[in-house]
Amino acid sequence: MIPSLAQVPVTPTPTPEIAWSLIWPFVVLSLGGVLLITITSVVPRLRGNGFPASFTAVTAAIAAATLFNIWDRVNGVEGPQLVVGNAIGVDGFTVFVTLVICIAVFFASMLLDDYLRRENLDGPEWYVLLLMSAAGGVLLASAEDLIVTFIGLEVLSIAAYVMAALHLRRLDSQEAGFKYFLLGALASAVLLYGIALVYGATGSTSLQTIAIAGLVPNELGISAGSESSMILVGMAFLLVGFAFKVSAAPFHFWTPDVYQGSPTPVVAFMASGIKVAGFAGMVRVFWVGFGPYFADWRPIIFGLAIITLIIGSLLALAQRNVKRMLAYSSITHAGFILVAVYAAASPDGSGGILGGEAFLFYLFTYTVMVAGTFGVVTVVGGRGDGNHDLDDYRGLSKRQPLLALMMAALLFSQAGVPFTSGFIAKFRVIAAVASEDTAATYTLAAIAMLTAVVSAVLYLRIVVSMFLVDLPGTASAEAGEEGDEADTEEPLPRLNPALSAVMAVSLAAFVTILFGLVPDLGGDVLTDAAESLDAFRLGS
Amino acid sequence: MSPLALLAVDEAAASPSFAILPALILVPVLTAVAIAFLPGRRADYLKVAALTGSTITGAFSLYVLAQFDIDDPGLQFVTQQDWIPSLGLSWFLAVDGISLFLVVLTGLLFPIAILTTEPHHDAKPYYAWLMLLMAGSMGAFLALDLLLFFLFFEVVLVPMYFLIGGWGHGNRVQAAMKFFLYTMAASALMLVGIVSVVFLSAAATGGPTFDVTALAEAQALSDTAALLVFITFAIAFAVKVPVFPVHTWLPDAHTEAPTAGSVILAGVMLKLGTYGLIRFGVYLFPAVVDQYGLVLMTLGVIGIIYGAAAATMQRDLKRLVAYSSVAHMGFIVLGIFALNSQGLEGAVLQMVNHGISTGALFILVGWVYERRHTRQISALGGLQKAAPVMAGVFTLVMLSSIGLPGLNGFVGEFLILLGAFSSARWWAVVATAGVILAALYLLWAYQRSFHGPAEGENADMADLRLSEFMGILPLLVLIVGLGVYPKPVLDRIAPAVDELVSHVEAHAEDFSEQEPAPVERRGTEELISTAEEAHEGAKEGEE
Repeated sequence: MIPSLAQVPVTPTPTPEIAWSLIWPFVVLSLGGVLLITITSVVPRLRGNGFPASFTAVTAAIAAATLFNIWDRVNGVEGPQLVVGNAIGVDGFTVFVTLVICIAVFFASMLLDDYLRRENLDGPEWYVLLLMSAAGGVLLASAEDLIVTFIGLEVLSIAAYVMAALHLRRLDSQEAGFKYFLLGALASAVLLYGIALVYGATGSTSLQTIAIAGLVPNELGISAGSESSMILVGMAFLLVGFAFKVSAAPFHFWTPDVYQGSPTPVVAFMASGIKVAGFAGMVRVFWVGFGPYFADWRPIIFGLAIITLIIGSLLALAQRNVKRMLAYSSITHAGFILVAVYAAASPDGSGGILGGEAFLFYLFTYTVMVAGTFGVVTVVGGRGDGNHDLDDYRGLSKRQPLLALMMAALLFSQAGVPFTSGFIAKFRVIAAVASEDTAATYTLAAIAMLTAVVSAVLYLRIVVSMFLVDLPGTASAEAGEEGDEADTEEPLPRLNPALSAVMAVSLAAFVTILFGLVPDLGGDVLTDAAESLDAFRLGS
Repeated sequence: MSPLALLAVDEAAASPSFAILPALILVPVLTAVAIAFLPGRRADYLKVAALTGSTITGAFSLYVLAQFDIDDPGLQFVTQQDWIPSLGLSWFLAVDGISLFLVVLTGLLFPIAILTTEPHHDAKPYYAWLMLLMAGSMGAFLALDLLLFFLFFEVVLVPMYFLIGGWGHGNRVQAAMKFFLYTMAASALMLVGIVSVVFLSAAATGGPTFDVTALAEAQALSDTAALLVFITFAIAFAVKVPVFPVHTWLPDAHTEAPTAGSVILAGVMLKLGTYGLIRFGVYLFPAVVDQYGLVLMTLGVIGIIYGAAAATMQRDLKRLVAYSSVAHMGFIVLGIFALNSQGLEGAVLQMVNHGISTGALFILVGWVYERRHTRQISALGGLQKAAPVMAGVFTLVMLSSIGLPGLNGFVGEFLILLGAFSSARWWAVVATAGVILAALYLLWAYQRSFHGPAEGENADMADLRLSEFMGILPLLVLIVGLGVYPKPVLDRIAPAVDELVSHVEAHAEDFSEQEPAPVERRGTEELISTAEEAHEGAKEGEE
């Protein structure tokens, strides 16, 4: 006789208590996604453009708004906290990174609006995936347990794979999505294998426990840090997984192809939100979990940074497609951020805080810059999202003077010209790394600066195209010098940017200049956020 | 007339504690913003706006000159305000005898460059970039915060890049790219140097600070560190000057730039390099400079001879003037690293002189090009007959550039050679040959383009208009004025330079053996004025 279900003694699976009030941003973002798809299914006329975009932007804004309360709490008497069964760490660092991800969502939703209108696509799916991906990013940035890290990473990535391939009529988009998926899945597998090895070496997936295992000798008097090659291999695999996500060389090969093929607003989010979340996850895992082993992984970061800087800046020179150029530029930026990570892991404390500040400031300014830049790329791409050759930017200063000027400001900021936030970001990184005062750090600083000059070439080439090359069909001011090719070519298409895109680009340019002139606007936020992660750091 | 610029004037009159130095930077910026909001179709309005803004700035700089305390060797008009406290960066502006005349030169050359030249298209961005360039140059000369200086030093590349690339000739885009990247690459390592010197001095200065005076007093770096940091600084400045062998960007940039761009490039921006060498090289690293100054003196002398030789070979009039800049800047470097009062005074004075005479030369070449649409010396000839006034002006400016006694160029070069002679005799001897070469290439070029029979279009070339003549007149007045009576200028330069020399002496161990020969500065001036009087008649005869 089979006992009825009611009679089976139920031992409930122990579930951790959930501190909802501290994980509001994650809840808001994921719930926002669910809500959006529900609403648009029930009320189909809301599927058109406008509503999903504004819904997403508002969701991001609400998620960002909840951060103020959390910030006060984790920086006040309560201090940084481990919640949900010690799997999620809520501290200033989490709050800051979440804010940056929300900013990226905001920009991406504005650009998507412009893009979908032009492509005659509708559908809230794009926005739902965007919100889901962002929720995964928030989870990744706050994960204090490698399993949660993996879940966050997968939620973040799978949504992104789909978004890359979501323009169903375009083969490029399909191809990009497929490539991204295949290589991304490989990287995830490697990462997961790393997690397994670390678990094998330490018996835990909790970052805190892993760190303790590195410090406290076991019963044989051996600490995992000094003995276990298994944990070193695990660490290396984890680093590979993260390096792939943030497109650090030599794991960057997917970046140009995927950036080129994917819908441009999606690229804007990949380059900003996904990269930020990837870096945040990496930093948390390595600072907190592998803090005691920093002598082992710090040199690898050093090497990765140098390779990334050099490859990103040099390979950009050979490109003519603006999206590919910007893909390599994002690789170079990843190199700079790696330099900040290296500086932040400095054995002496003060350099570490400087490095942490530089890291966070770079993430923030980079997100804004790159979102604005890809905003212009979205507009110039035009119907079909195909006008991405350098020549398509010719005469932009005549066709869209304001847009061209803002693009120039954003590009000069990416190049690190003074009085833009890009310069301050680079300066902070250089200052942090040079303050350690060793031959290695000076070398790193020098290489970073020199590659910044090399990558300035690519930004200048776009500026040249926008401002200094004459439009076909118009008489050159100095006749005869540039006019020879004018006769053979069609006039360039008119651009009709949607208001949302113009607003996004203007906002990005404004913030970029503002933080270049008044970089201390945030007060002590950076310092607090950078210091807060130390509360979870055990070994250093 | 630009309303914003007027507003700034009202503010100046209303508030007695008006901070004049920030105004020197802000007025051009506000003018640029105002220009951006003016309608783009009326180029003449835009020109008036730019002229107003730059003239007001120029007037402010003259006010600074008038109020400058002649006996105070230190910093004057100091404004210091926290800007980015988290980075230890402050808005620290001041002038002293070394920067004073460079500020005035900037305030003077911009209105003249705007008055005497016209853009051929897109007047609006042209004037806006020019005004931003003015703000950046002013900022670089005024900043005494190391990082603030670097910010201005770098940011001037952007407007100049657009000016060359947008309104230049021929290979303008390539020249602009080369200019931007060459200079940016050179200063990339300087940022690392700046950061290192600040952090390495942090213990001595009480926390990281970018205050140049504090860093110079601290002298906290070890010998090796100081040498390495100095090298990063020297590379950045040497490219800007430009010092041989990193001068190769200059002929291209100068030749392809529009006239106003060349005037500002030669007149103001090259001075950023030599000024940087004095303020941030000699002042911050006296011991290094004392030990390795001879290397830079050697490069300066090579520059003098090489620039002169290359100028002789040029077929393009503008390129010739560009190479003459290499030679003249070599003199200035020679004077700086003579590291004595005469040399440094001469160098500072020569910076101003070079700005005046080379600026004027570029304006004249620009006028010739506008009228004849060529700069090839071989295509010109006999211009004197068609344009006697222009020929006269050209003669005067050219003689000033050659360094004829009685004109401004002579005073500076003489002081430099005097200083160089007492610290490195043979270098001075070789450099003197450069003076003769200057006479060779300039006189020869003048002879080929202005003398001889006038044929074809050369015979009908229009002479200077009154407005053009009035535009260049201030420079002519200065050429003669500074040549005849340089005392007021030298009196203001001298205290700051003496202070700098004693700073170097105090911090350089083995300085005493190079103590300058007992040639008194006042004596120098008397020498000059007698020489001038003797040549006064000759000059007038020529005109």
